[in-house]
Parts: sequence; C-alpha cells; structure tokens
Amino acid sequence: MSDASLDGSHITRADVAHLARLARLAVTDDELDVFAGQLDVILGAVARVGEVAAADIPPMSHAVPMTNVYRADEVTPSLPRDSVLAGAPVVEDDKFRVPRILAEDA
Amino acid sequence: MSELTSMSAAELAGLIAAGEVAAVEVAQAHLARIAEVDGSVHAFLHVDTEGAMAAARAVDERRAAGDVLGPLAGVPLAMKDVVVTEGLPTTAGSKILEGWRPPYDATITRRIKDAGIVMLGKTNMDEFAMGSSTENSAYGPTHNPWDLSRIPGGSSGGSSAAVAAYEAPLSIGTDTGGSIRQPAAVTGIVGHKPTYGAVSRYGLIAFSSSLDQAGPFARTVLDTALLHEVLAGHDPLDSTSINAPVPPVVTAAREGAEGNLAGLRVGVVRELGGEGYQAGVLESFEAAVETLRALGAEIVEVSCPNFGYALAAYYLIAPSECSSNLARFDAVRYGLRVGDDGANSLEDVMSLTREAGFGPEVKRRIMIGTYALSSGYYDAYYGQAQKVRTLIARDFEAAFGQADVLVSPTSPFVAFGIGERVDDPMAMYINDLCTLPASLAGTPAISVPCGLSEGLPVGLQIMAPAQADDRCYRVAAAFESAVERIAPPAGVLA
Amino acid sequence: MTAYEDVIAKYEPVIGLETHVELGTVSKMFCGCSTEFGGDPNTHTCPVCLGLPGALPVANEKAIESTIRIGLALNCSIAEWCRFARKNYFYPDMPKNFQTSQYDEPLCVEGYLDVEVDGETYRVGIERVHLEEDTGKNTHVGTSGRIHGADYSLVDYNRAGIPLVEIVTKPVPGTGALAPEVAKAYVTALRDILRTLDVSDVRMEQGSLRCDVNTSLNLPGAEWGTRTETKNVNSLRSVERAVRSEILRQAEVLDAGGRIVQETRHFQETTGDTRRGRSKEEATDYRYFPEPDLVPMAPDPAWVATLKDTLPELPAARRARMRDVLGVSADDMVHLTNAGVVDLVGATVEAGAPVGEARNWWLGYLAQKANEREVDPADLGVTPAHVARLVALVADGSLSTALARQVVDGILETGADVDTVVAERGLAVVSDTGALEQAADDAIAANPDVAEKVRGGKLPAVGALVGAVMKATRGQADAAAVKQILLARLGVSE
Repeated sequence: MSDASLDGSHITRADVAHLARLARLAVTDDELDVFAGQLDVILGAVARVGEVAAADIPPMSHAVPMTNVYRADEVTPSLPRDSVLAGAPVVEDDKFRVPRILAEDA
Repeated sequence: MSELTSMSAAELAGLIAAGEVAAVEVAQAHLARIAEVDGSVHAFLHVDTEGAMAAARAVDERRAAGDVLGPLAGVPLAMKDVVVTEGLPTTAGSKILEGWRPPYDATITRRIKDAGIVMLGKTNMDEFAMGSSTENSAYGPTHNPWDLSRIPGGSSGGSSAAVAAYEAPLSIGTDTGGSIRQPAAVTGIVGHKPTYGAVSRYGLIAFSSSLDQAGPFARTVLDTALLHEVLAGHDPLDSTSINAPVPPVVTAAREGAEGNLAGLRVGVVRELGGEGYQAGVLESFEAAVETLRALGAEIVEVSCPNFGYALAAYYLIAPSECSSNLARFDAVRYGLRVGDDGANSLEDVMSLTREAGFGPEVKRRIMIGTYALSSGYYDAYYGQAQKVRTLIARDFEAAFGQADVLVSPTSPFVAFGIGERVDDPMAMYINDLCTLPASLAGTPAISVPCGLSEGLPVGLQIMAPAQADDRCYRVAAAFESAVERIAPPAGVLA
Repeated sequence: MTAYEDVIAKYEPVIGLETHVELGTVSKMFCGCSTEFGGDPNTHTCPVCLGLPGALPVANEKAIESTIRIGLALNCSIAEWCRFARKNYFYPDMPKNFQTSQYDEPLCVEGYLDVEVDGETYRVGIERVHLEEDTGKNTHVGTSGRIHGADYSLVDYNRAGIPLVEIVTKPVPGTGALAPEVAKAYVTALRDILRTLDVSDVRMEQGSLRCDVNTSLNLPGAEWGTRTETKNVNSLRSVERAVRSEILRQAEVLDAGGRIVQETRHFQETTGDTRRGRSKEEATDYRYFPEPDLVPMAPDPAWVATLKDTLPELPAARRARMRDVLGVSADDMVHLTNAGVVDLVGATVEAGAPVGEARNWWLGYLAQKANEREVDPADLGVTPAHVARLVALVADGSLSTALARQVVDGILETGADVDTVVAERGLAVVSDTGALEQAADDAIAANPDVAEKVRGGKLPAVGALVGAVMKATRGQADAAAVKQILLARLGVSE
C-alpha cells in the first residue's frame, strides 16, 4: 500500500483493490475510482487525530472501566440443530456446505 | 389518527391496567395507523400484525386473571431492525440479511416481551446503523413526518419517524455516534442514549462494539424514562454490561416535571456551536438555555478543547470495529450467497456476496477500517483515535467538575432533504458533530425537542456523567414542562 | 558419517516450538456450549460460537485460571493487566472471521522449561502463553479428500470456540545434533506438565495437543538463518522426525547455494518429510485490535499467588523426589526415564507397592503390553493404583502372578478396575485344598503314564500333571501348591 494520507499522498486504485481483497469485497472497476477518491478525502480528514500530541495518553479501548468479567465453566443448552442450519445457504450431512476453498489462509 | 394513537405510553398503560381499554384495541388502533400512513412514511420494514395481536391478547388475559401488569404492559412499540427478534425478519437494513429469521432473541427483545410491551414490527434504518439519514437502507428511505421530502435522521430513522407519526408511542433505537439523538431531534421527539453498558448489547447486531448502545424513543420524557427502565439492567450475556443498580430515571422524570432546577449547574459547551451550525438551530438553542435559566438553573460556559477531534476519532474507531464486526457476513452460515455456480471458489463467493449484499456506505467504512487497522497504520489511526477518546473523556471529567449537566444543540441542522447529501460522505458525517463526544466517552445524553426552525424541529442535547442518566431525564422533563409541545403539522400525513 | 552428521558438522540448528492445547473445560471459551469430543455435527453450537449477528462473548473463568496455572508451571510472569484481541482473517471454519485471541498482551510471559536429553539439561525459554479460541472443522469433499482438488467443503462448528492455549518458546540454539531430541523432550515434558495440572487431556491423536515446529540453520558464528514453520506435527515421534527432516532439507537447499524461504510447511506422516505450504511473505495482515466485546483481565495478585501455592507437584520435582523414594541409582533412573515409567513406578510405590514389584510390572508385562499397543505406558489405561492393588493381591495369595496378568488383560479390554475384573471373571487362587486334591486325582487318573514316570523317580515329569491341574482350575491355583499336592498323592518327595 502506498503511504497515503499521513503525508498527504493519495489513496490509489491499487490501494483500494488491496483493501477490498483483505475485506472480501469484489469491487467493480468503477468503484475503484469512486472509493479511491472518497477514501482519500476521508482518511485525509480523520488523520487529524495525529495533531494531538498524545505520547503519555493511554488509549481508551473500553468506555466503561471494568475488568475480570467472567462466566462460570458450566454447560448451557445449545441451539436445536434445525434452527442452527435453518438460515444456511446450503446444508449437507448436517454441516454447512461451502464452495471449494482456495488455500489455507492460516 | 385516533384518540388511542395520540396518547402517551403512560396514559395508555394506565387505561389498560385499569381495564378501561383493552391492549388489543390499542394494538389495533396502532396497526390501523400504520396501515394508514406508513405507505408515505415507510418507517417499518416488517409489521408483525399477528405477533402484536397475540402479545396484546396475552396482556388482556393476564389482566383478566388478576395479574399485576408492568408499567408499560400492553403499550405498542416499534423495534429497530438491528435488534435480533426470534422468528421475525431481522435485516439491519441490509440486503445481506434479507430473509434471515434469527433463532434467538436479543436481551432487550426478551425484556420488552417480558414487560408485556407489544412489538408492532421492525423499523427501517441505515444499513448496519451506518448513516444519519436512513437513506442508506437497502429497502429505501424513511420520510420525515414533518415534511415527507426530508430525512427522519438516522440511523434509527424508522424508529423516530414511527413515533413522530403516531404509529407507535414507543420505539427502540441504537446510538453509535448519535443515531438515537439526531433522529429524535429532527423528528421532534425525545430520544436517550444511555450510559455505555447500561443496556445490554446482546442481540444487537454490532456496528461499533465499543460505542453501540440501544435506547428509548418516545414523545414525552416520562415515556422515554419508563421504557429506559425496561431496557436497562445488568446482563450476564454482555461482558460490558454494567453490574450496578439502574439510575432512578422514572423518578427523575417525574420530579423534573415539577419544573424546578434551582441549584443545578448547566454547562454550555463552547465548542458545540458557532460556525457551521444553522442560525435557526442556534437561536432555538439559545432560547432553550434561557428557559433552563428561568427554571432556576445556573448557566456556566465550559470548554472542551478536544471535542474538535471527536469526528476524526469516531470515523476511525467506528469503521475499524465495523470492518471486523461485519466480517461474519460471509455466505456460509446465514444470509445472502451470490455466485455459487460450482466453479467459483469460496473466496470468490464470499467477495461477490459481500459486494452485492453491502451498500456503498458500508463498503466505504469497511475499507476505511481495514486501512486504519493495517499494520503500519494502526498506531497513527486506530491507536491515536483511542488516545483522543481518552482526551475527550478527560474534557468531560473537567467539565463535569464545573457543571452537573452539559447542553448543546443535538444536531447542527434541521432535517435536510432526501438525496441532498448522499454523494458527499463528509457532509453527511458532520451531522454527528454534537453527539459524538458523549458516544466516545460512553456518557449518557438525551435529546428533547426545543422548538422549531423554519417549521422543522430542533433538539436540545443534555449530557450527564456516566451512570447519571437520571440527570438527563430530570433536566429534560423540567425543560419539557416549560415549553410548548410540538407536533408534526396536520395535513402532512392526512 | 551419516548425512545428518555431515549436516550437523557444518550447520547449527535453531529450533522453536508453538504448541496449541485444547483446555479440558466442560464448556467453551466464550459460551456455554459443551466441549465434548465427537458430538453430532453442529449440535454443540449456539449464537455465540456460530457467530450469529448480535451474539457476544463472555470469557470462561476456568479457562483463564488454567492458562495462568500453565504459565506458573512454566515459570512465567503473569500479566497484571491484559486484553483479548481480534485476529482478523477470513476462513470458513472461523464463524466470526476473526479469532478472539491475544496479541501483544498475553496472560503469561517470560518463562522456561528445563528438559533433559541424555543426562544433559536444556533450558527452553518460554516467550508467551496466551489464550484463544479453537476453530470449527472443515471436511473436504471430492476425489482427493484433501483441500487441494476438493469439489466443496462441509463445516462443523462443534469445535469452534473451545478454549485453546498457545505456548510459544523462544528460539532454542545450542542443541546441535540433539535438536530433534530436545524438541521431542520439550513437547513430552510440556505434555507431562499439562497432564499433571489436569488442564487438558493432551491427546495428540485427537488434536487436543498440536504442535508447530520452527527450524533454521546457520553456519557457526553467523546470524541465525531464515526459519520455516512446520505444521501438522501430530505425535511425539513426528516432532523429532519433523525437525530432523527439516534440518536435512534446509541443508540440502543451502549446500546447493539456495536460500531458505520463510514459509509454512506441512509434515507428512507417511513419508516423514515436510511439504511446502503458504509463504509467510504473502501472509495476511491480521489487523489485530483489542476485543471491544470483552473487558480487560487483571488477575488479582492474591489469586495468582494462591494458584501458584496450590500447583500440584510438577514432573521434574516429582522425578527428583522419585529418585529418593525409589532409591535407585542414577543409571537405573535413566533406564526408567527412557522407558517412560519413572512417575508410574513412583506412583505405584506411593500407592503401597514395594519398589521391586512396581519396577518389574512397569518394565515387564506392562511395558510389553504398551509396546504391543503402540502407546506410552502412561496411556495404557492401567494405573499405578491398579498395579499396587495387584501387587497386594499377589502378596496375600489371592492372586498368582499369572492371574494378575489376566487381570491386567481384563483391565485393558474393559477399562474396569482390578476388583471388578477379579469379581467378574472369577479370578482367584483356588486355595480350597479339597478341590485341588480332587483335581490332582483327576489329572493322575487321566494321565497314568505320566503318573507312573513320576512314581518311578522322574520328578520333572510332574510338570505335565501340574499343567493339567492348572488348566482344570483355569489357572487359578497356586502352581507350587499344586505340585506339592501331586507329589504327595503320588507318594514321592523331592
């Protein structure tokens, strides 16, 4: 990916294509142009967060400061299998059927 | 509009509990109203006539059997379609979930059913709650009952419009960056975003997990508070749910209605106003501040210098989290599947499905989030945005040292025209200027109507410290008691 | 010199291991679904582990406790505060298309495990121990039965969400030719610790303990070489074979002037070599960020201290103590260690058996059975308590050694305990003299020729009569006693 926005350079079609691949979006050729322009503007605007000098500021990942919220190790009922599979596009042998998988991703 | 549909939830509940009106009649009246006006408003994506009538009958039977009914038993409600409802279509406004019927209920769905509240159906929304106008729904926009050519706010625009159009006295919204407060403001009703963690998120289809919060809409502050008490409370299924007593919001609404704010310090946030705000909005806001002063409140000006970074931080955090939350829509377990022709690989089918199933705003945010979380960019974007969050929370902390509540306009604008801003994401995003700080800090805020500008409603936002939701309700109720009630002009929906 | 010795004479190997352990909790990591192995497809699933829209995780406290105990047993520091993180990538066995894991804040860091090979101790540094969730299982359908060339795949989510602990070592240099043995010894030692902690059933064949092996080669004095990661290493023996074959393969590449590519390789159980997988250079960007749906973990130091104080005696300490308990020589200890029975002998002694008896059982009949079944003695299904009971029954004359072996066979067949097998099979020494005398008379009557030989002074011939009596009593008599009775009946003495 080109080093966009941070230094004022631009989001390219190739950048959008890369992001779309990571996000599993089969974007069209037209969208590559539209999104490149829009992402460029938006990322340029949000890069403002960098203006705040924040070396000593802790990042806030959770709005409410809580810790150690756990459940006991107890079995609770699972869903009936019929309702598990009811929404699936394709089912075979009580499993979710998916098209051939290209390659191990991890 | 019948007499029953014009009543408040509290009034309806009282009549039902007293046996003067049957819950079934109340449900029928509202279903009739929906049939009458929803063709032009399009607040609902799905009306559950059968389920509503069954729920109403159950309330009538319980009453006949001498059961003590809850304070909102038999009162109809419209549910935002982002909340999971067992067996009822739940789309979150997206094509990708078209036809999905969840096998479980959200915790708030369960609470609503347990309270005897009658769910009329599911309301329209911006796809996955991303938007401020409900134009991003895959199922067409919702129209503002004040002017059908205008937006009802968003993302909870179906829920705000349903209440404003008297299709339901109560509705549920969700608020990630303002999606309850802004729609409430532009449709002239009351909407409250509770403290983050006050209302369970279990069964709320996630947009931005660290910001999402469900909350109530109604036409009066008391009704809003009554619904708040049904929704709020600890839920062991949500790790971020607050395990503490619910603030006494109903009591606060009743006490506030006495119209005495003596001893209360109200902070006007200097940064939430001025340039970029419509003049009529600022006029209404200034008048509202004077009303609060007249009610006995002490008005102070406070400064929150980092609020100016809220928009940038929000449009990094929310897209980042959504890029991950929406990864589960992959054509495997539920929802849409496109391109499964036997030749395409799973990777292709996933990409084709997501391309076809998501609208442009959702795709845009997924890509922004994917970018912001990428290695090499994380620190400058997501990491830095989370630091801004800390700074905004500190601004609030400092301001709440000087004032008990903070006020601002809810939105810089009144309802704009449908289609006016769809092509300019940044112009859309600035709708959230006033609502974002409380979202980022996780603090509660309410929007209450504060008059009209050019015939369109303006909202007053009242913000309080975390878990002091009752303060929002107290001040809002006092304000409500002091101003004239507004309603959509007769004729629009005639 | 062998090819391997040639390689080691030229290159220095550096190894590293990543081990995944499925914890033995009864419920999953983030929901209450059962972790039981082998249920019907998709029957141990719920909204959370299916990644349904709206579902939220809540962490299993027992899993966190187990992870901390593992960390403590591996001499790690326990984080005072840490978070789960989302690891984002698309794969159909992962319901949310992100794995809830830990990134830069693992629960346990900076530990070590000392392992012994050929009397030398090697300290394996532990980089981190963290907690995550397992994935579902894909079955590839098509002529090949593997992912390559499959027509389509089927997904079962029963395993999705089972708690998984990842234990990552630091690179281990300085093992020279013994690198494969050290790798195996490490996994063995780790497995023994996990078993002692009772946190997992650590069954490599069922996948509850899975191992990835990192290997690199460098010339003496040079920087460490590029490493490869070998997956699919599913037995202790494979760990050793995988390291050895990867050392040989890399040396061949380097000797030919080639360069090692950082990549994932898959161990082939049948051929014993590794096959090229995905190149790490084209690896996905996982876009880690803190999991907003789970709150941070901050293990109470007092709780951690209690967990530390209540750890069971660990295998190394136990072995040291065993040496004392058993009173065996260092050489004998090595012998017992290599046979994998130190703990078993020790535990048998602790259960009341004399050292010699315990040793004989574990190095004799039980070793033979384990060998026949190709399992470790510890996995045989016969426990030290069983053996101690057998020894006691032989000592008090209730069983003969031959009968005791039959009891072992019974335990192996049925899994029942000693007394149940004895009772069910009627295995007991016949000490009823009347019955034995009758059997002796029958044997003499049935074999007059033999009886005559014995009477004639050919005493060894009595063996055939003893055999007949033993057969008639189904081996339940004491052979020495039978011999004495026979000799007496035949009127001869030794």
